Amino acid sequence: MASSMLSLGSTSLLPREINKDKLKLGPSGSNPFLRTKSLSRVTMSVSVKPSRFEGITMAPPDPILGVSEAFKADTNELKLNLGVGAYRTEELQPYVLNVVKKAENLMLERGDNKEYLPIEGLAAFNKATAELLFGAGHPVIKEQKVATIQGLSGTGSLRLAAALIERYFPGAKVLISAPTWGNHKNIFNDAKVPWSEYRYYDPKTIGLDFEGMIEDIKEAPEGSFILLHGCAHNPTGIDPTPEQWVKIADVVQEKNHIPFFDVAYQGFASGSLDEDAASVRLFAERGMEFFVAQSYSKNLGLYAERIGAINVVCSSADAATRVKSQLKRIARPMYSNPPVHGARIVANVVGDATMFGEWKAEMEMMAGRIKTVRQRLYDSLVSKDKSGKDWSFILKQIGMFSFTGLNKAQSDNMTNKWHVYMTKDGRISLAGLSMAKCEYLADAIIDSCHNVS
Amino acid sequence: MMATAIRNSASRGTMMSRQISGLRSMSSWWKNVEPAPKDPILGVTEAFLADPSPDKVNVGVGAYRDDNGKPVVLECVREAERRIAGTSFMEYLPMGGSVKMVDETLKLAYRDNSEFIKDKRIAAVQSLSGTGACRLFADFQKRFRPDSQIYIPVPTWSNHHNIWRDAQVTQKTYHYYHPETKGLDFSGLMDDVKNAPEGSFFLLHACAHNPTGVDPTEEQWREISQLFKAKNHFAFFDMAYQGFASGDPARDAKSIRIFLEDGHHIGISQSYAKNMGLYGQRVGCLSVLCEDEKQAVTVKSQLQQLARPMYSNPPLHGAQIVSTILGDPALKGLWLKEVKVMADRIIGMRTALRESLEKLGSPLSWEHVTKQIGMFCYSGMTPEQVDRLTSEYHIYMTRNGRISMAGVTTGNVGYLANAIHEVTKSS
Repeated sequence: MASSMLSLGSTSLLPREINKDKLKLGPSGSNPFLRTKSLSRVTMSVSVKPSRFEGITMAPPDPILGVSEAFKADTNELKLNLGVGAYRTEELQPYVLNVVKKAENLMLERGDNKEYLPIEGLAAFNKATAELLFGAGHPVIKEQKVATIQGLSGTGSLRLAAALIERYFPGAKVLISAPTWGNHKNIFNDAKVPWSEYRYYDPKTIGLDFEGMIEDIKEAPEGSFILLHGCAHNPTGIDPTPEQWVKIADVVQEKNHIPFFDVAYQGFASGSLDEDAASVRLFAERGMEFFVAQSYSKNLGLYAERIGAINVVCSSADAATRVKSQLKRIARPMYSNPPVHGARIVANVVGDATMFGEWKAEMEMMAGRIKTVRQRLYDSLVSKDKSGKDWSFILKQIGMFSFTGLNKAQSDNMTNKWHVYMTKDGRISLAGLSMAKCEYLADAIIDSCHNVS
Repeated sequence: MMATAIRNSASRGTMMSRQISGLRSMSSWWKNVEPAPKDPILGVTEAFLADPSPDKVNVGVGAYRDDNGKPVVLECVREAERRIAGTSFMEYLPMGGSVKMVDETLKLAYRDNSEFIKDKRIAAVQSLSGTGACRLFADFQKRFRPDSQIYIPVPTWSNHHNIWRDAQVTQKTYHYYHPETKGLDFSGLMDDVKNAPEGSFFLLHACAHNPTGVDPTEEQWREISQLFKAKNHFAFFDMAYQGFASGDPARDAKSIRIFLEDGHHIGISQSYAKNMGLYGQRVGCLSVLCEDEKQAVTVKSQLQQLARPMYSNPPLHGAQIVSTILGDPALKGLWLKEVKVMADRIIGMRTALRESLEKLGSPLSWEHVTKQIGMFCYSGMTPEQVDRLTSEYHIYMTRNGRISMAGVTTGNVGYLANAIHEVTKSS
């Protein structure tokens, strides 16, 4: 490779002036200078040191972003983007909650300053987020047993916890569901925490492989971390029933495992904040120590503001204090302190009774739209499909996503023939579906399911 | 239904935990977690806030204050926020952040009409302010040059050590601050650069060195650059104070411009925390100058790959403020004016502090107070003297003797000078 350092300041050297002894060898050991075809092209090279970034290859495209890019490039009128994990209105537009606009205007009027937050984030936010999760009067909060710090949405909060696990539980494994959100693996990989999978999705029933899940959790070495989706499992939309949650709690306790909840959809799944926190609260009732990562990307539509939290429920206030201090120590060399804007929005919304009520209403509306669209899709499928296939799994799933049961070839058919963009694992985002498009989607699914193998 | 399940499960749970308690008493998983030491910088502000004394002065953390000791939100920022409020969606930014904001930011560092920008040779991503940019680079360095080390000046911002340590990159140091002259140990620096193995990675403060305020002269930068060339070292610039040091962003980027002219392929961390007062918004940029466009695309893809499992994509609000301001000539002009006001106020306070100390008849030389530049002054005081300042005078600063000049006002400079004089006059 030609020189990585052009010296524009010094006189340019003609080939005959270059002392070959001074040339550095390329990575293969051969003299790159001798490889050049035309000497005259090398006049600019002073020294032929290879780039220090020589061996760096292109990172693979993100499996989800790639979908949106392909969608954008498609010129067909009928195209439908069901890859996006972001809420859309019936008109398929992004949605900024009214209560968020209100909060922002309030903040503007107040003229809040932009000083650094403390490493652990905005105190008002931390208080609000823990209360939202556990319920305001909950013993773990009253007794100060929860270490809460503001994190960079769900991702950042998960990453902080992963780093804590790596530091204090060296060698401990995290069990993640098969399948799970794609970035979970990246997070644990980069944090150098080993992971393995527990059975979750059953393609035969397009439902939960509960026996497999329990078996795998039982099999795991004592004291493993079990990553659980609090509600609205991503990507399948399949959640355990309340009775199943009880059994999961039993086996987790039996094996001394540490539960690790990812709660990205509180309020967004059923429409009720409390109902969606039921699984977490169940575990809290048991007196277990566990982690919970939260995100406000979807339920407050604050995607880009990166607002979330990591909560560590400990058995004592003293442990919580120590754990919080160590979480801060992990955050400091990552980003020093978290961004203020999203935190203030959440704190304002939750802290004002009127706005909180408005938020709940808007959330119910969003969750409601998704439920309605699910129903319409189901109805379309049932009325159009003459094969007698049971489509009820669509109604049993919950949240933004639905696992259609389509395999890769069938998903490709959805895209190539029908211009329906989705991820290759068969996941569709109902948040990107409008009532108007349900019939078309049903046609596409039926075709892909029955005519492609 | 869930509530019943919870109630039933709770009683089962208590039964279960009583059964389990034989195996492991209700002790914590976290017994071996020690309380972390307080961050030396941010801990100062915590202590300051807790102090009830009416005389207390905070010259600890590097956040700008006006002459009344109040935090400042720039007018250009307020205006940008008014324009932004309620207008845009909050959809995820791409992993690399706001393209508009990154483009404007590169112009500041590399120059508006830089050939490197035109030729698309710069791999750049929006970062979580300066910290995030440094951390991304450190992780990148670890992943692709796992055997490399980072040379860090002595002293430096303490978080630099945390960043490269958590990225698991071996650290070495190079001489920088000369305690006797309270200036630059130039020969020590050059020796260390010369003795470092060829192709080493060096962390350089582009301007307004933190914590010393001591910068190389232009001529010294040229010499450093030449030696870097001879040794094929990699220069990573942390530029947290562009515009804030001299009041002139172009001038403050001089070191970088010299290295670019000399053909180095550098890396830069930029932050808008101080120069745009966007501290809590966490806005910055990491850039790496590559050989060509293809390599820039490749390197950018890998930087994004590192960001994805850390925070997925960076926060929007601060980036929107930056691109609104820098994208509008009138707002940009206002920003440049406001930055100069901040820089000038600090320069004025340096003069005031020095003169006050001299007037008090201090036996020591305080020339360095005005020679140093930027937000910080390395006073030369010992940790013990600093402790006295805190315990006797309620003056808060980091124990390395670093004074944040941004916290000095016409109202407190006399008090500060007096206190410093009292604790140093017998040394």
